[in-house]
Amino acid sequence: MSEAAALSLRAGAEALAAPLPPLMAEASELAATVLLGEHGRRRPGTGDDFWQYRPAGPGDPARRIDWRRSARGDTPFVQDKEWQTAQSVMLWVDAAASMGFASAGQPAKADRARLLGLAAAILLVRAGERVGLASAELPPGAGRPALERIAARLGESHEGEHGAPDLSLAPPYGRALLISDFLGPLDAVEAALAQATDRHVRGVLLMVLDPEEEAFPFSGRTIFESMAGTQRHETLQAGDLRGRYLARLAERKARLQDLAALSGWQVSIHHTDRSAAQALLWIHQALGRRA
Amino acid sequence: MLTLGPLGFTAPWLLLGLAALPVLWLILRAVPPAPIRRRFPGVALLLGLTDDEAQTDRTPWWLLLLRMAAVAAVILAFAGPILNPRAEEGGSGPLLVALDASWADARDWAQRIDRVEALLDEAATDGRPVFVAALTDPPAGGAVFSDPAAARSALPALEPKPWAPGTAAQDWAEALEGGFDTIWLSDGLDRPGRAELLAAFEARGSVRVYQSPRQVLALRPATTEDGQVAVQAIRTPTGPETEARVAAIGLDPAGIERQLAAAPATFAAGEGVATAAFDLPPELRNRVTRFEVVGQRSAGAVTLADDSLRRREIALVAGGSDEEGLELLAPLYYLRNALEPNADLLEGPLSDLVPANPDVIVLADVATLSETERAEVEDWVRGGGLLLRFAGPRLAASDVGRTTEDVLMPVRLRAGGRNVGGAMSWGEPKTLAPFAEDSPFYGLAVPEDVTVGAQVMAQPDPSLAASVIAQLSDGTPLVTRSALGQGQVVLFHVTANAEWSTLPLSGLFVRMLERLSVSTRPGAAEIEEMEGTVWTPEEVLDAAGRLERVDTMPGVPGERLVAPEPGPDLPPGLYAGEDRRLAVNVIGAEDTLAPAAWPSRIPIEGLAVLRELPLKGWLLAAAAAALMIDVIAALALSGKLGRPAARSASRAAALVLAVLAGGLSQPREARAQESGPEDAFAVEATESVVLAHVLTGDPQVDETAAAGLLGLSRVLAARTSVEPATPMGVDLERDELAFFPVLYWPVTADQPIPSDAAYEKLNTYLRSGGMILFDTRDADLGGFGSQTPEGRKLQALALPLDIPPLEPVPEDHVLTRTFYLLQDFPGRYNSRDIWVEASPPDAQAVEGMPFRNLNDGVTPVVVGGNDWAAAWAVGENGSYLYPVGRGMAGERQREIAFRFGVNLVMHVLTGNYKSDQVHVPALLERLGQ
Repeated sequence: MSEAAALSLRAGAEALAAPLPPLMAEASELAATVLLGEHGRRRPGTGDDFWQYRPAGPGDPARRIDWRRSARGDTPFVQDKEWQTAQSVMLWVDAAASMGFASAGQPAKADRARLLGLAAAILLVRAGERVGLASAELPPGAGRPALERIAARLGESHEGEHGAPDLSLAPPYGRALLISDFLGPLDAVEAALAQATDRHVRGVLLMVLDPEEEAFPFSGRTIFESMAGTQRHETLQAGDLRGRYLARLAERKARLQDLAALSGWQVSIHHTDRSAAQALLWIHQALGRRA
Repeated sequence: MLTLGPLGFTAPWLLLGLAALPVLWLILRAVPPAPIRRRFPGVALLLGLTDDEAQTDRTPWWLLLLRMAAVAAVILAFAGPILNPRAEEGGSGPLLVALDASWADARDWAQRIDRVEALLDEAATDGRPVFVAALTDPPAGGAVFSDPAAARSALPALEPKPWAPGTAAQDWAEALEGGFDTIWLSDGLDRPGRAELLAAFEARGSVRVYQSPRQVLALRPATTEDGQVAVQAIRTPTGPETEARVAAIGLDPAGIERQLAAAPATFAAGEGVATAAFDLPPELRNRVTRFEVVGQRSAGAVTLADDSLRRREIALVAGGSDEEGLELLAPLYYLRNALEPNADLLEGPLSDLVPANPDVIVLADVATLSETERAEVEDWVRGGGLLLRFAGPRLAASDVGRTTEDVLMPVRLRAGGRNVGGAMSWGEPKTLAPFAEDSPFYGLAVPEDVTVGAQVMAQPDPSLAASVIAQLSDGTPLVTRSALGQGQVVLFHVTANAEWSTLPLSGLFVRMLERLSVSTRPGAAEIEEMEGTVWTPEEVLDAAGRLERVDTMPGVPGERLVAPEPGPDLPPGLYAGEDRRLAVNVIGAEDTLAPAAWPSRIPIEGLAVLRELPLKGWLLAAAAAALMIDVIAALALSGKLGRPAARSASRAAALVLAVLAGGLSQPREARAQESGPEDAFAVEATESVVLAHVLTGDPQVDETAAAGLLGLSRVLAARTSVEPATPMGVDLERDELAFFPVLYWPVTADQPIPSDAAYEKLNTYLRSGGMILFDTRDADLGGFGSQTPEGRKLQALALPLDIPPLEPVPEDHVLTRTFYLLQDFPGRYNSRDIWVEASPPDAQAVEGMPFRNLNDGVTPVVVGGNDWAAAWAVGENGSYLYPVGRGMAGERQREIAFRFGVNLVMHVLTGNYKSDQVHVPALLERLGQ
């Protein structure tokens, strides 16, 4: 590799990574608002947390005897830890053009999605889970290096009007977190959910919407263009369309709920004018729920 | 030109364009508003949705209307609309604009001039030569028709006159030659000669008349009826019942002109005359100078009050009035009857009457007066009073004016008097001789039946002949007179009753009293007495009814005043004659007002000027404004002026509010800033002793003063325990003086006199122990300063200051020994005289002491002219700035100048400390005694 090429690569990488430290910091801050809890498997096993004392039986190595407890009686006791297993969570954050929309005064949907995704990843990694990024085809990994890899790849944006989730990398019996506006064709989502259900992957869908997308506060003669410019719709009286638009939006939400209910997933809708912490808490609880 | 009411169009065909407006309406309706492009991720949800209405979103009707209005305004504008288009009056050739310009025009003169200007504009467009003439003041020579612009430039000089156009106007009009049209701006009043004037104008061309049908009010001269003053107001046209307020105006006791009384004059419906009655006390009535209709600005609405309105106050005093007597024999009976109709009579003790300051005091057979009464009466006569004495038994019996001349008696009297034609005497009663030409009674007919039976006799005397103003047929004086101060003393050598003569019974007696100005003449002036007299105008009225004092106008022959007809040679006003004042009023006692009547062939128009007003510009501006509104409205409608605009609007509002708040809070800040320098000044002035000099405004003098005080400060710091800081300049108007022990005030000839507030500050400063060192810098106070400009300025400056009496510094003044022992106080000059507060007159030197025990305190001023500052002045590097004297002697003088400065500051700071006798031994030792 020539020196010039290395320099340009590095410059590009730095430009790419530039938003990451703030994103990382913001996500960490957001993650800190959620207290960890109820992560154990509620049964003895390998782990860090105390689970129970039980009388030492045969087969228990002598070094596992809890001498402090045993000294209170005649029987030697062994301290069991709570069984903690690492879960694999696949993260998919839609970074397509439609996510770039932001009404005045609000963050772009993509920014909010990235923030929530990374914050969830941080929470999960802190809880010892393995997190992967489906949109960047990153297999699940544990610890800080995985987190940094995710953070680095989260900034990438994708071609196309709407993103299509791909959970082919999700390990069986794992979990998945899909963050998108789900305004594109739902067939891709349906396919992904079907694929996931086949592999016993459960998860949550977070629909991120801008308040304007909910309110449709337009009127007059308007030409609506999609964010990538591939679709356009001209109307003479935008105000008249509101009712029908809202009906379609409600229909789409209902369909999403149906899809999720069929496959045992959970759905929530987050608006970019609301607090991100609220959404993160929901994600945390939804992911932590027993399947 | 198409005319629609007050509107005219120069290009009416363009109005057909208005027919296209409905088409435009349809087109505008058909064109939808431009679409707005939006990026919106939810497009996917919209795809396939169709609009319910196939019809486009319509432009709202009001926006359409706005656009139509704009288009219509443009069409109308280009059609050339003109408001009040000038009717084509045609006409060519010269144009005469004649104005009555009488007193009745004064009220709306500006409107008339506007009308004339409009006429001139029209004439200018028509290219007609114009001549403007005021009929009250017809121009000398004929009419010189000229360019309207030239006539226009002469308009401001045209003004109404306080009289009516007279025969002069008629003569002038009849002398005009050539053909011309006439426009006559009439004042609307009928007067004789108007028809002739009209005929003269009509002989030359067409005549048009402008007049306004407004109410004209005027006042007739005031008359007295039964003690009341009545003023008749007249009006035209006679309309419904109205009320005019008539005000009596005169000087109040303080000499300020004000309204003394007001009364309504109520015109009954259809009546042209109304009367305002004033019931005024004599004191107030005598003060009235004029009556005027409130709110009317014309000379006709003012009537001047002359002496005929005044009622003289006459004090009657009779000797022995307490005696019981027959009514017809009472000394004052005939006087009272003669005077009562037109004078106010006062009776009572003389001591009460003199302070009332009557016009005349009549002493009927009063012989002796007390000493104080004499003095009072004499003062009163000298101040302009008329003392009228009548003889009688008491006077004849007394010694008054017998041996010496009595000032209150015109002649000396012989003892006793004489009786002629009585039962016990020879001869017939004497009759009166005709009055001499130099007598005030000259011209009065002497009735045959007036006889004198007894009289007091005048002592023959070289000056007697000059005193006699009426005598008997045998040449003995009957009435004598002498001047005393500004007044006069008149003696009738007979009694005031019919005891000694029949004179009081005759009409001559009354006329004689009138001639003596004892009583006023009722009625107007008569031709006989006015002949040959000259009356000078004192105050004249202008057309607007303002009274102006004049002293440059020539006198008017008395004949002219007999039946006064105001004109250019006799402007209405007050005319002063020898012994009284006559008013010439615009309106006579019998005058009435009537509206001018014109023959029906004469077109009459109102005065209101309807100027042509091209409306094209306004309409185009309206169209532009409508289109601007349209732009904004269209933007707002299509959502392009949506929330961002609202936000920026609110931001702008916030900005405006902030600016307003800033503006409101600014004064407070400014005040805070103001107090800053003041405090700094006070701190600087009080941190240590600071010498100060008054800023004169002359930079050279101020610099020298600052440098001088700097030099003195350095010397003080070097030699004494006083260590002054840098001297400061003091602005008397602005700065507080209390901080400074001494002010050095160099006097320049052209410095401004400080304001009253500054003087108040200076006086406070002086009273609280401050000292001012005045320096005229001219070394010439020895001549008392009055010879130099600085000296005179010093007097002017010091006049309002509270300065005690001054004296040249005495040898033992404490100033000579407060620090150094000095006898000279030189600066650049070495003049001996400097002045300080005078020592008390009772200061005595104690035996053996070198100085007197002198006044306490510090002299508030030291006045000199030695230019001390120049002698003290040092530059920044310590070198002297001005030379003093020559050589060593000069250096010595400068040293003494410094010593004077040190002594002065020490004197200010220690007061009379060195006057204390405690220091005597030390001082004696230093003095070498």
